[in-house]
Amino acid sequence: MQIPVVRNILEANELIAQELSRTFLQRRILALNLMSSPGAGKTTLLEKTLTDLKGEFKMAVIEGDVQTNNDAQRVAATGAQALQINTDGGCHLDSSMVLEAVNKMDLDGVDILFIENVGNLVCPAEFSVGEDYKVTILSVAEGDDKPEKYPLIFAESKVMLLNKVDLLPYVDFSLERASNIARSLNKDIEIFPVSARTGEGLDKWYDWLRQEVDKKKKR
Amino acid sequence: MHEMSIAQSLVDIIKEEMDKHNVTKLIKVKVKYGQISAIVPEALETAFQVMTVGTRMEGAKLETEEVPLRAKCRNCSKEFSPQEDDLLIMTCPFCETEFGHEIISGKELYIEEIEAE
Repeated sequence: MQIPVVRNILEANELIAQELSRTFLQRRILALNLMSSPGAGKTTLLEKTLTDLKGEFKMAVIEGDVQTNNDAQRVAATGAQALQINTDGGCHLDSSMVLEAVNKMDLDGVDILFIENVGNLVCPAEFSVGEDYKVTILSVAEGDDKPEKYPLIFAESKVMLLNKVDLLPYVDFSLERASNIARSLNKDIEIFPVSARTGEGLDKWYDWLRQEVDKKKKR
Repeated sequence: MHEMSIAQSLVDIIKEEMDKHNVTKLIKVKVKYGQISAIVPEALETAFQVMTVGTRMEGAKLETEEVPLRAKCRNCSKEFSPQEDDLLIMTCPFCETEFGHEIISGKELYIEEIEAE
């Protein structure tokens, strides 16, 4: 017999993500799902952000990695609360892993929770982890065709950080081309060219964070 | 290779539906996935086959159908599907606006029906 079903295959993940989202709303925490390829500069950007905004916000980090806790150690060195999730080969974080991590953390008074996903431009895009927004970091060393090759992640993101702009003189990367392609998929995407190493452009990213923390507090 | 996780969720839903309808053998399952969802149908089929060995679902056919990308022009609000090779610089065929359209479909991933006895 034919049985019509029509159910979202990832509904189990979505249900837990909704629960997380309610927790973040109750506690007025801005939750950001940070995604990128391996080596695009996610951890360096986080270290810099955590250091520069230390006086303004209380921030916490969930570090998703396939192996090792190197990144959590780097992040913890800034003074922020950091918790490592090792996926043991898994290519993305899912909402149940994040829920487990959140239950182990002290989120009292936290303004921003950064969820650093596994370095991968494909799989993390498919799994919500209860975040307010997805933020994708693309480094100029990776090539400006990436939004074209990995459409879903850029279509789903609220922010695209174009990192390592200090390398622009040495690589063939058109900020305009990458931005246009991202915008063709996603009319509301915010694009910030930055260098986590030199600090260039980070003020715009910080202003966006300030604005969103403020919005979340008022919800 | 996140198709493994997706296949696991798929198997969980099918189990639930089979119990609900009192059926014991799965013949076919139909899945629809969006053109820009990050799904490789062959990988999903392989993962599904591997996961169902020794269960009521073993040997069932997994049928996948792609849902084309559809966008709504930010300028004239008409709907269109971009040409295959024009996927990402999606020029509106009506008013030629290039950027900032809204994606209406093409990101979904759902199970449409199962056939069982």
